Amino acid sequence: MGPTSPQDLYLPPRTALGPLLSLGTSPGTPPLGLLPLLVPTSPPEAPPCPGSHVRVSPCAVELQSPLFAPGDAMLPWRVSRWAMQLSLQVACPPGALVAGKSGAGARSPSMLVPWPPSLRGSSSLPTGAPEVALTAERYPVQRLPFSEVTEEDLAAFEHMLPGRVITDPEVLAAVNVDWLRSVRGCSRVLLRPRTTEEVSRILRHCHQRNLAVSPQGGNTGMVGGSVPVFDEIILSTALMNRILSFHDVSGTLVCQAGCVLEQLGRHVEERGFIMPLDLGAKGSCHIGGNVATNAGGLRFLRYGSLRGTVLGLEVVLADGSVLSGLSSLRKDNTGYDLKQLFIGSEGTLGVVTAVSIACVPRPQAVNVAFLGLMPGHAGCPGFQEVLQTFRFCKAQLGEILSAFEFLDAECMQLVGRHLGLSCPVRGSPFYVLVETAGSSVAHDSEKLTAFLEQALSSGLLTDGTVATEQRRVQALWALRERITEALSRDGYVYKYDLSLPLEQLYHLVPDLRARLGPRARHVVGYGHLGLDSA
Amino acid sequence: MAELRALVAVKRVIDFAVKIRVKPDKTGVVTDGVKHSMNPFCEIAVEEAVRLKEKKLVKEVVAVSCGPTQCQETIRTALAMGADRGIHVEVPAAEADRLGPLQVARVLAKLAEKEKVDLVLLGKQAIDDDCNQTGQMTAGLLDWPQGTFASQLTVEGDKLKVEREIDGGLETLRLKLPAVVTTDLRLNEPRYATLPNIMKAKKKKIEVIKAGDLGVDLTSKISVVSVEDPPQRTAGVKVETTEDLVAKLKEIGRI
Repeated sequence: MGPTSPQDLYLPPRTALGPLLSLGTSPGTPPLGLLPLLVPTSPPEAPPCPGSHVRVSPCAVELQSPLFAPGDAMLPWRVSRWAMQLSLQVACPPGALVAGKSGAGARSPSMLVPWPPSLRGSSSLPTGAPEVALTAERYPVQRLPFSEVTEEDLAAFEHMLPGRVITDPEVLAAVNVDWLRSVRGCSRVLLRPRTTEEVSRILRHCHQRNLAVSPQGGNTGMVGGSVPVFDEIILSTALMNRILSFHDVSGTLVCQAGCVLEQLGRHVEERGFIMPLDLGAKGSCHIGGNVATNAGGLRFLRYGSLRGTVLGLEVVLADGSVLSGLSSLRKDNTGYDLKQLFIGSEGTLGVVTAVSIACVPRPQAVNVAFLGLMPGHAGCPGFQEVLQTFRFCKAQLGEILSAFEFLDAECMQLVGRHLGLSCPVRGSPFYVLVETAGSSVAHDSEKLTAFLEQALSSGLLTDGTVATEQRRVQALWALRERITEALSRDGYVYKYDLSLPLEQLYHLVPDLRARLGPRARHVVGYGHLGLDSA
Repeated sequence: MAELRALVAVKRVIDFAVKIRVKPDKTGVVTDGVKHSMNPFCEIAVEEAVRLKEKKLVKEVVAVSCGPTQCQETIRTALAMGADRGIHVEVPAAEADRLGPLQVARVLAKLAEKEKVDLVLLGKQAIDDDCNQTGQMTAGLLDWPQGTFASQLTVEGDKLKVEREIDGGLETLRLKLPAVVTTDLRLNEPRYATLPNIMKAKKKKIEVIKAGDLGVDLTSKISVVSVEDPPQRTAGVKVETTEDLVAKLKEIGRI
């Protein structure tokens, strides 16, 4: 599943870089064709420029990218936080990228890149697949007057990190492209420090020499934010993967920023805890990257945002100075809470080098229920039932509710067709996956069974199934987690992560279906419902 | 003809996704607080039985399990998948550890006769002990024909056509009923138990009996001496040239 915060709707200006345009769509093709549809009043030739404010009408929903222009401070706009994430994906038949109204003439061949990307975690490029064009060539971005890397710089880096200064074009080719293969930079240097001290030395040197730097973690982001725009030096946290300490009473984990999330998960699970966040990309993403992007994920509903669970950070600023805030205190009101600035700053204010995070006790009992909902009557057929089920869940399951995901019938068809995953329940317009996690098997099963019995008898559900065994639980989650994969096998995908008020959440999908007509093969909506942490 | 009755044996095992830990005293593996579920091959057996019932070839499906009280959960799962009723052969936890294929086979043989079933379905093996003996022993004790590693099952009147997966490919047998069949992976894909069935399963009957009631002696002539972790894999050694390789192999006495 993709990143889940509204920040993913934009790419803010990075450390020492100019503003970057993006509508946060992934893949990053500026939807020139889509724009005329979405913005009927703007001139068709105008490419989306920084500061564009995209309006979707006639629904009363606004997709807002943060307005910023060179020199402006970022104004992150968030639509009502207490809402849900709707992932809207539009799959077009390959090659059917719509042209601007001005005519197809200006269309560059690089925009017709068809793909499915390979399975998450692996980054092998299918042989013969056309490469995405360089960001510098594809978008009207300007390289600000930073220095260029010279032999002296390389020698200096080699002195600081012997053997870990990489200029091999093959290795660089991989780190210059994001996971979705939607944007490509042209960096020529990759640095792999092992310690905070090394990061500090690197940044001090770059600051003195006016060299641009692009920090990179697992490179699993879906908004093109993890790779350079031009030839910035890539600073990778790949070798900063030591776990520094774990306190097994408080559950406080202190580790370097390059630790892979799954690895951390396993480490704390052996000690009876779990990480407070979980993403589809856990096999590859780094905790430093999660913090820098304020990642949400599957456990967001239950454990809340990283803003609540991160206890302290160690950050190296652009001039090389180290801000050491690795407190492990659960409550610390001394001074300003500077770590909140860095969480979600996406590498623009400093490089996160170590994280102190509060882990939570591992739930003894995890149950997953997969439900098919009754078709509704008015408005969006069936979606009201999703909201009703959600309200019902919250009321009945209360504190043991740990995830609530929904997907529409088209999603189910697609995972069935492309991935061979069979639907465990009778066909319905909407499906809901409910997960409970608690400390008592008996208590949770009782609550869940009571909830299901009531939901069934009140006519909310057409069908449902429950799973407690790992294998079944994983199989049910796969139906939800692999939707992106299925879509990418269907055609070229435009993916939008949107936070919207509950009531308007799904209106977008039928509206877009109507607007796009046969140009879009499928328009699907899926996502999570929930309130911001308690 | 829907006169056939089927007995399906299911085993409660440690969930296959769980990391197994050996007890420090080496008498077995840790089972306390560990997630258990129905043996995957047993699920396939239940699914097959239920499908036969849906095709109206079998009239009644009885699910049976031997072990401590928690086995009833496993039987309930079978009932939720479509079995009609369950039999729990209660064996206290301490003794249950020593239950082997022969003991279970004796129980199943007695039950098959008592319940007058025509077909006994089991998974080919359990994922905890990998014995792959219970089905065969049951058939032996009953003196019934057996079709093991079944990947396809067809009822033809009073005979059973069983396609078996063997090393060389597929072998097709025709067995006269009553018979014993053990299921292999490719026989079917077990269904998810849906809510209405889970609710119905709560009302289905599970009879609790003891091995003694069947006149079966559960003593085993086998005792477990020790259970140990497999040896840790040691790191390999890299060599630069073929000469080095030969020298190294000679050094460790392999050539």
